[in-house]
Amino acid sequence: MAELFQAIDQFPVILKHWLMSHAAGVLPEWVLPLLSAALSITPILAVFPLLFALTTVVERKGLGRIQNRIGPNRVGIPLTDIRLYGFGQFIADGIKSLIKEDVVPRAADKVVHFLAPIALLIPVLLTYSVLPFGKNMVPLDLPQTGLLFFFAVGASTELSVFMAGWSSRNKYSLLGAMRAIAQMVSYEIPLILSSLTVVMMAGTLSLTGIVENQATVHFGFLHDWHLFTPWGFVGFCLFLTAAAAEANRTPFDLPEAESEIIAGYFTEYSGFKFAIFFLAEYLGLFAMCGLGITLFLGGWLPPFKFLGFIPSWCWFLGKLVALILLFIWLRGTLPRLRTDQLMGFAWKFLLPMTLINLVVAALWHMSGGAVPVLVRWAVGFVLLAVPYWLLGRGFEVKFTKREYRFAN
Amino acid sequence: MLGTGILKGMVETAKNFAGSYHDPARLTTVEYPEQRIASKENARQFPMLIHDTEDPMKGLRCVACQICEKECPPQCIYIVKSKDKRADYKGQMQFYPATFDIDISVCMSCQICVEVCPFESIKMNTEFELSNTDRFGGLLIHKEQLAKSNEHYRKIHPTEAAASDAVLAAEVAKAQAKAKADAEAKAAKAAAEAKAKADAAAAAATPAAPKPSSPAAAPAAAPAA
Repeated sequence: MAELFQAIDQFPVILKHWLMSHAAGVLPEWVLPLLSAALSITPILAVFPLLFALTTVVERKGLGRIQNRIGPNRVGIPLTDIRLYGFGQFIADGIKSLIKEDVVPRAADKVVHFLAPIALLIPVLLTYSVLPFGKNMVPLDLPQTGLLFFFAVGASTELSVFMAGWSSRNKYSLLGAMRAIAQMVSYEIPLILSSLTVVMMAGTLSLTGIVENQATVHFGFLHDWHLFTPWGFVGFCLFLTAAAAEANRTPFDLPEAESEIIAGYFTEYSGFKFAIFFLAEYLGLFAMCGLGITLFLGGWLPPFKFLGFIPSWCWFLGKLVALILLFIWLRGTLPRLRTDQLMGFAWKFLLPMTLINLVVAALWHMSGGAVPVLVRWAVGFVLLAVPYWLLGRGFEVKFTKREYRFAN
Repeated sequence: MLGTGILKGMVETAKNFAGSYHDPARLTTVEYPEQRIASKENARQFPMLIHDTEDPMKGLRCVACQICEKECPPQCIYIVKSKDKRADYKGQMQFYPATFDIDISVCMSCQICVEVCPFESIKMNTEFELSNTDRFGGLLIHKEQLAKSNEHYRKIHPTEAAASDAVLAAEVAKAQAKAKADAEAKAAKAAAEAKAKADAAAAAATPAAPKPSSPAAAPAAAPAA
């Protein structure tokens, strides 16, 4: 029985090995690395865009329900009465964006305008190469630099966002791009600093190493996820906040605030290029969620040891879906921030909190073994809750009461 | 504390999410083509022409006075006056519109035509399913399509229609009163004339009577009418 579960768990790996071993005799030597790469990439290119497509429908349905509406429920199989609860919608949307006219503004910088969506999608897809989706399932295991590679490649999306905004020759596009740059650069710092705690604790930049570091078991059943520590919990919350800002999700969707600047940096994009922007944005969000899962939620590990029979990639996907649903829920709840609130939140709240969290993580690490667990928890809790309360006070006033200085 | 508001909001949206599945009363929208909400009394879309008789074309209240055409801000009304006249609801002879077109692609539903119409003839309809494959001809509505019965008007705008009916009833009553008064005056005049004739005849029989009495008697009877 255990072997069967093992086989299901490792099915993608076994399949790839089987294919490679059969191809080895048939294909020339130099093709084999390329084939291996292609076999690793194919599932990513199949699973995540499909997940994106389903997410668009689920998001619209979920937001509808949150607003006491029914949401999309019409599009099913064409020429029949089968409606699939509206889950045919993404196919219709895809076909529509494929056959729509691609309008390029006359004054646009045509080369850069064309390159921007591609330059956005490629780094986003590259970030997937280091994520461990399951046990032994990481396309590119970088033992020294996994996390660094993720952030380095992920940060280059800022360039393509600005390429899009600049080349469109449109005020709204440029404003959106400037907002996006300011926001992404500001939130990159808390994002990286909150991940740094995990690197400190695990002592490795390798993402597989970080997951394996969480594999130890407490009380005989509970896996040692980083989430189950004071610094891990706070770090995860800070990471999610910063990740939402990095992925331009509500409440940090200023770069594409419809009511202010139309669609931000992709105002001048239509048809399939627009779809690519949309895809890249969601894939970026999924990658960020995937990284959060790897760093804090134990990656492919189940929460309890006895649930280990469920394939590891199912755990990863399940956690990913849960985080996506959380982001949809947040989008249905929170209004958009103002630019000054956004910047103030990054520099005056998230940054100090991440720095304090680093100190707490260091204390947690130093006190390991010598000090009782309850005392460590109490110290960690106090050291995090008091600054949270103090830093949060100012923001509460700022967010709830707006002063109209020039109108009064 | 910072974050409590977010949590409260998330609880609220979660309640909405769950509630919308088991409590249909929460849903504010309906599934449109299958389910419809009756249109509100104050709703208005585009103008229509009211008719009173069975045959819409014969009973149009419109007398082609063209006030609406002149007042229409976007100039979407086009009227051609008829050459002949026909009796209206009061029995008065009136012109009627030979052509009455409204371009609903231009109309902005401002209702000014309704407000200026002295004949209670043009009113706002609530029909909204007007999409058309022909964006020029298909959106130019002719009087045949514009004509709607008064019953329809009563159904979609009951209060307004009652007021409109009252105005028309008052008009009819006034016209009848005037006709009655006219008839009485005519009878009085005829009687006076008959009397004058009789007097003249009597005067002719009596040579001493003054001659210009009958022309003076006729103008004196006229103001009485």
